[in-house]
Amino acid sequence: MTDRLDLLIVGAGPAGMAAAVAASAAGRRVTILDDNPAPGGQIWRGFSTAAAGTYPGAKPLVALHRSLRDHTVDIRSRTRVISTPAPRTLRVQDDGGAADYSYQDLILATGARERFLPFPGWTLPGVLGAGGLQALVKSGLSVRDKRVVVAGSGPLLPAVAATLARHGARIQGIFEQAPLDRLARFAFTLAAHPGKILEGLRYRVTTLSAPYRTSSWIVSAHGAEHLESVDVCIGDTSRRLACDYLACGFHLVPNLELPLLLGCTISDNCVAVDANQQSSLPHVYCAGEVTGIGGLEKALCEGEIAALSSAGKSAAHLFERRDRLARFARRLDVTFAPRRELAQLATPDTLVCRCEDVPRGALETCHSWREAKLHTRCGMGPCQGRVCGPATNFLFGWQQESVRPPLAPARVATLAAPPPSQ
Amino acid sequence: MATEPTSHPAPAAVVTVRINGRPLSAPAGASVAAVILQSGIPFRTSVSGEPRSALCGMGICEECRATVDGVPHTRTCQLLAADGMDIRTA
Repeated sequence: MTDRLDLLIVGAGPAGMAAAVAASAAGRRVTILDDNPAPGGQIWRGFSTAAAGTYPGAKPLVALHRSLRDHTVDIRSRTRVISTPAPRTLRVQDDGGAADYSYQDLILATGARERFLPFPGWTLPGVLGAGGLQALVKSGLSVRDKRVVVAGSGPLLPAVAATLARHGARIQGIFEQAPLDRLARFAFTLAAHPGKILEGLRYRVTTLSAPYRTSSWIVSAHGAEHLESVDVCIGDTSRRLACDYLACGFHLVPNLELPLLLGCTISDNCVAVDANQQSSLPHVYCAGEVTGIGGLEKALCEGEIAALSSAGKSAAHLFERRDRLARFARRLDVTFAPRRELAQLATPDTLVCRCEDVPRGALETCHSWREAKLHTRCGMGPCQGRVCGPATNFLFGWQQESVRPPLAPARVATLAAPPPSQ
Repeated sequence: MATEPTSHPAPAAVVTVRINGRPLSAPAGASVAAVILQSGIPFRTSVSGEPRSALCGMGICEECRATVDGVPHTRTCQLLAADGMDIRTA
């Protein structure tokens, strides 16, 4: 089955939703593909649960939702892009099977994921990403009276702690690896972003009872079959904390698999785009975290620009605002860049690739991502390096040069279907 | 103060699923991964025999795979729990 679409958007998070609304208003017929059960992306995940209406920042989602409905945008949830069987065509897999979608224009709003760094014990059940535990709580997990340690790096940490505290978790501490002086310089630049200061304050008030420590990081996780405690390094001292969950992520990295597969130029680990959010490929635009980790406001603004540009309309009135938000994104990357001490946490027997259970020791003799894949199967499992790729980039400086289809584990029938006739 | 879009149908309050034959109830709208994690049962056994559980919660890491209604290797963090669902972990 081949559908020929006017504008195809991949990702129904803030950037994709904003792009869909703006494009519809400009007269385009819009289809959105998203792999989650419902639109909203990670920040607005789980809108189907009863608690969702209480999220901070739920208001713009409600407005976008209403606009999408008014414009009768076609949202296809639980739909995952697998490959590109022909030019300007995506093959997808959903609950019903496989389908090929040809498009006039494409907007990639594939978002970001957490950067995970290996440390002893990080594969124990009960160790999750910071955004990971937040996502599961938004998806119905109860953390009431659970003891949670929040660690890693990034503006997400206090936000996660606030969400968990609202859901009744007992936060044992927030451990930010970035040093205070870098955070102070970052806070100074926030003067230009009053909205973000308010956001930050709101989080701080909710989590007042939990200490927020800088220059502090997770060292190891312990437990027999499930997490029981963690060791954290605070300044020069190490402390053991008993806990039920560790929520640990080191800022975010863009989801570049689909842009890479299409052949978009990547620069500084983000998709390179021009002022109109157009990638190096004609007809392919990118918006949101995939062009740089900048959060909600940047995603909404870039989504709108991508939609207007792809419709042949001027988005120049939004450029100044977008440029300011993009500068903010670069500040985030600098502020929350992982310190080198974190590269020393994994011991030779600490697993780096969780799919194929490849320990660090087996990787030490390799010189590249490609060599590691060939010799150790690192990055060859079901996640295809989405977790260990950024980790080995940090540990060894390896770059993932290319991506091969299928982008996700796919049914044989999906892979075997012939390409659409053009 | 409800801020949910009015288009969203009001779901039933609770669904009941079975994990390895054991009945468990979950709030409607919960993901299968949230239900398994709540149960404390590991999601899968790694290739070297370690118990594993959900890591990323957002469809990236593949640690939350389980067999759901006979379909193996289902990413449970991107699937909503439904009444009568049969979930098997390995």
